[in-house]
Amino acid sequence: MRRPIAAGLAAGLLVLLALPGTAPAEERQPCEVPGYLLFGSNELKHVAEAAAKNRRLTIAVVGTGSSILAGPDGPPSAYPARLEASLKKRLPDVAVKVVTLVRTRMTAEDLAQGMAKLLADEKPDLVIWQTGTLDAIRRIEPDNFRAALEEGVETLHKGGADVILMNMQYSPRTETMVALGPYADVMRVVAQQYEIPLFDRHAIMRHWSDTGAFDLYAAGKDNVLAHLVHDCIGRAIAAMIVDAAHLRPPEIKAGQ
Amino acid sequence: MHAPVVATTTTTGRDLRLDLFRGIALWLIFLDHIPSNLVAWATIRNYGFSDATEIFVFVSGYTAAFVYGKEMRERGFIIAGAHILRRAWQIYVAHVFLFAIYLAEISYVATSFENPLYAEEMNILDFLKQPDVTIIQALLLKFKPANMDVLPLYIILLLLFPPILWLLQFRSTLALGASVLLYVLTWEFNWNMPSYPSGHWYFNPFAWQLLFVFGAWCALGGAQRLSGILQSPVTLAIAIAYLLFAFVISLTWYVPGLGQYVPHWIEENIYPIDKVNLDVLRFAHFLALAVVTVWFVPRDWPFLKSWWAWPPIVCGQHSLEIFCLGVFLSFAAHFAMVEISGAFWMQSLISVLGILIMIAVAVLLTWYKRAESRSGSRPKKTPDADLAGGEA
Repeated sequence: MRRPIAAGLAAGLLVLLALPGTAPAEERQPCEVPGYLLFGSNELKHVAEAAAKNRRLTIAVVGTGSSILAGPDGPPSAYPARLEASLKKRLPDVAVKVVTLVRTRMTAEDLAQGMAKLLADEKPDLVIWQTGTLDAIRRIEPDNFRAALEEGVETLHKGGADVILMNMQYSPRTETMVALGPYADVMRVVAQQYEIPLFDRHAIMRHWSDTGAFDLYAAGKDNVLAHLVHDCIGRAIAAMIVDAAHLRPPEIKAGQ
Repeated sequence: MHAPVVATTTTTGRDLRLDLFRGIALWLIFLDHIPSNLVAWATIRNYGFSDATEIFVFVSGYTAAFVYGKEMRERGFIIAGAHILRRAWQIYVAHVFLFAIYLAEISYVATSFENPLYAEEMNILDFLKQPDVTIIQALLLKFKPANMDVLPLYIILLLLFPPILWLLQFRSTLALGASVLLYVLTWEFNWNMPSYPSGHWYFNPFAWQLLFVFGAWCALGGAQRLSGILQSPVTLAIAIAYLLFAFVISLTWYVPGLGQYVPHWIEENIYPIDKVNLDVLRFAHFLALAVVTVWFVPRDWPFLKSWWAWPPIVCGQHSLEIFCLGVFLSFAAHFAMVEISGAFWMQSLISVLGILIMIAVAVLLTWYKRAESRSGSRPKKTPDADLAGGEA
């Protein structure tokens, strides 16, 4: 009986040795995002034009429950407001405005139907479309999810707005209970198809969890973690927008 | 180096490679089902289009045909068909058992976790508000929580298996042709089974039956008919080239910078690679893996009878029990990672421990079976249920 068990153990150890170790978390900045998660080759042309020519930038965040925070200090702490603050700091000579169109318990299809009205009301240069969570929870047919994304993105492109797709949060406690994979894949495919940036919130939060930047396993009603995470998400999107629209913040030019 | 346990099964002419690869597939499915598990990077789904599910379905079709086909020839359609249906019932019971564990887990999370960051994710608890509907839908196999899609697929495949097996015995080409036709029609007309609360089955039985029937067809003489093709170096070269292509494409999923080097026409043609309907790229990837495996792993490979091969083989021989245990262990592993530590050492420890538990239970099941057959409490007339376990 002993030899097969020892063999199994040895095989397990071999697998372990073959795997890369995890990087030490200590010397990292909190919520630093590696470039490969944030920067791609898809460009934001309308944003570049609006910022360069008109010195104005209107961004609309369309999304569901994970784009807001509850409580009296929720709205200024949620990532849309943090994005606005971060962009204003990075682009002091551009009038940045972030509006939100957040409705809880909405699937991608529900949200896609509101895009035409959003274009008419807000005339955004850029729409950040956060979606996928409820579709995964309700197990919407991935084909229908994809069709809804395509419809929404096409409406926005026709209306002259750039689009960034934002996928689900990384939620380690509920991971076994919701199969996010097919929906995240669809979002990646649609982003590739229309050559629009995908803000891979899932991979980014996963990275923060793996490096120890945040303890996303934490339970309890405490708001501190949620505020910190949203602040980091807001800053990361700001960095993505600046990169994808080739906006050169003046302070960096002056400083270096 | 001679394992007596293995020797008892070789006398039946059973191909130990099947048990070996199904055992390995069971381990991989367990590793893949633990969320956030870095050890799962070592599993095949990250290096190509297909994953352990394909191996599992194919091998199950193969063993089901092997075991029940023999019985059908010796004892007739009714007896073999009845045994197949009994097996389907056992799998149904196992599925309901896993559902109970899932309910326990999600209910625990519902009461213990109130992080405001994840207010939206808590919508997963919606279904607990209507237990009357949800539980009935689960019993009807329409409500299937994450990672619990494989057993319902097996139940359907086995329920429909008796007539297919009958046809395979007498008109094997016709049976395989019908299976391919059903697969093609499924793609053409988007057939699938409905799910609750919306959508369709994650493993579309009308599409995945192709792999199961193909496995059964191989077991009943198809493999010999293919041997000319399988032994051709041209086939091997094509298979290796395709595996390399799939590997390069899969790299672009994890190293985003590489995506720009993939020509657009390739992207437009291969995506999305549909797991629900067993995309033809996935099927081809499995075939390529099988061709390479058959080429390099001969049936009489001495390793198969060594102690090293014995742990996965013994797991593969009790596939239903070990599969269920794997799903349960992956829940437990996730729980341990949430409550104790999600660090890499913990993930590694859990992964190794889980596989050791799977081996230990498989050994225990073998012991039970031997003890029972010795005491004569179970008449030896019925086909070996655990070999048939294959069938799961």
